[in-house]
Amino acid sequence: MTTLTKPARRRRSLNWGRISAWAALTVAIIITIGPFLWMLRTALSNNHALASQSSNLLPADFTWGAFARVFGLQSQAQAQAEGGSGASINFWQYLGNSLIVSTMITFSQVFFSAMAAYAFARLQWPGRDKVFAMFLGTLLVPGIFTALPNFLLVKNLGLLNTYLGIALPSMLMTPFAVFFLRQFFLGMSREVEEAAMLDGARHSRIFFQIALPNASAPIATLCLLTFIAAWNDYFWPLLVGNSPAVRVLTVGLGVFKSQSPQGAPDWSGLMAATLVSALPILLLFIAFGKKIVNSIGFSGIK
Amino acid sequence: MATTSLGTRKPSRREADSGGPKRVSRRRNIGDLRVALFFVAPAVLGFVLFYLLPTIRGIYLSFTDYSILGNPVWVGLKNYLKIFQDKLFWNAMGVTLEYVLLNIGFQTVIALGLALLMYHVAKSTLIRGILLLPYLVANVIVALLWFWMLDYQIGIFNQMLQWLGIPRVAFFGNEFWSIPTIAFVNIWRHMGYTALLIFAGLQTIPKQLYEVANLDGASPWQTFWKITMPLLRPVLLLVMVVTITGSFQIFDTVAVTTQGGPVNASRVIQYYIYQRAFSEQDFGYGSALSVILFIILAVVAFLQMKFLRGNENDLD
Repeated sequence: MTTLTKPARRRRSLNWGRISAWAALTVAIIITIGPFLWMLRTALSNNHALASQSSNLLPADFTWGAFARVFGLQSQAQAQAEGGSGASINFWQYLGNSLIVSTMITFSQVFFSAMAAYAFARLQWPGRDKVFAMFLGTLLVPGIFTALPNFLLVKNLGLLNTYLGIALPSMLMTPFAVFFLRQFFLGMSREVEEAAMLDGARHSRIFFQIALPNASAPIATLCLLTFIAAWNDYFWPLLVGNSPAVRVLTVGLGVFKSQSPQGAPDWSGLMAATLVSALPILLLFIAFGKKIVNSIGFSGIK
Repeated sequence: MATTSLGTRKPSRREADSGGPKRVSRRRNIGDLRVALFFVAPAVLGFVLFYLLPTIRGIYLSFTDYSILGNPVWVGLKNYLKIFQDKLFWNAMGVTLEYVLLNIGFQTVIALGLALLMYHVAKSTLIRGILLLPYLVANVIVALLWFWMLDYQIGIFNQMLQWLGIPRVAFFGNEFWSIPTIAFVNIWRHMGYTALLIFAGLQTIPKQLYEVANLDGASPWQTFWKITMPLLRPVLLLVMVVTITGSFQIFDTVAVTTQGGPVNASRVIQYYIYQRAFSEQDFGYGSALSVILFIILAVVAFLQMKFLRGNENDLD
């Protein structure tokens, strides 16, 4: 861009800069992508063959066995023959649990946060800015600090090891979601709203029929970000949802890893499991990558 | 940056409202209140139940002895006095600080470099997307992936070291290397995300400034230090407030790889709090530890924000 206006001598030196810049970028991309390919290579390997073929860049003794093992489709003898621990793991269950919890959190949090954001952006009421400032202030509170009392609360409510117990603290609001949507509602044109008011529309109608449809793009982005965050969360589900019936994927992976015998861990199984756990996110990324990338800027600061 | 735009918007909206006859605007204030209460009720409930009350309860518990069973017993400052003599606490603080310095130091420099590359060289969204990918994958997954790749016996990374004639390293199993390794793993996960934040900041610098500098014959090096850095500094500091706050709360990677070991070499503060509260059922002590972490984070953020505001004034 700037090279166009430069004299020839300078342009040549800048070209060298350009080459090294592209070289640096290529290295960064290889460093980013490489580990994912290695994850795939390992997941398609026979665990017993990994040790003897540790420098083979292709799958060692190609097999789908690791995936079968992860989904509980392999008999114990078969699993042990391919280097599994033989302990039964059922990732279908964990996958389902992750889906249920993340979906509950996403829809509920985005909806209630949108309502609050609308009140903060479009309604006039005493104390509004003070309440909003308090909401924002919670961004500074470290997660661990509220996690301990929240654990006690969920326990007192009798919600330990339930879907609701895992999801509840994130279902009503997060300061980020409110802040994110408030920005968009602030930018909404006032005329449409006022015209609707003159027609006698109530705020609830304006919210559902004008504000929400107008903000559908940022709401979709927020849903994506919320879903990904919920899917990836580990600490909170570890505290309140460690029983197998409600265990989510991240917690399940930790258990899977600790079940591996110390001498020869089931690396193939573990990598197949991580790949399965990351797959929904990778699919979302392929479908909506641009939306996600463009959402990260100042308003994306968490 | 985002908060300043909020600040400029609010007064203008208020002016618009007070522009009309006073009686009307007052009636409207009260009229909206009822609707507003309905709209914010769920969020306020969430705020009170899961942020406000836990904060108060957490502070209260830090002055008690409490093991989940039974009732908390008020013990005054006992937990705090114990903490100051607790060798494991000081060890955890040292380890966490080492982690934060390594993590933030390298990550910020690498991300700044990547952001400049995204801005000046590769403008494609695809490249930005690829670099963001690790950030979208769970900490646990990233940790397990690198735990495998850095395995002492058959990990590919040690294999590569061997090809280069460098002796193998027990990355997670060595007291010296465990924290730098965990720091590196999280740099790998966060560098693209941080770069994107800085990239967004670069886009706010007026293009004319670069053109003028170019006409004046400034070298890229000069342009970087005289234009880019001073104008980027507020954004950079804001990014650092966010990343440092996150960095102090490192947990997932430690929990699934070293679990604080070898010996105490990677027992970071949040992992220590977790162990005291949940493995040893010592909620009072755990709460006191997390109060201290909270205070440290608040002080660090406050110092940075003060620094940040000073810089904004310099620029305006």
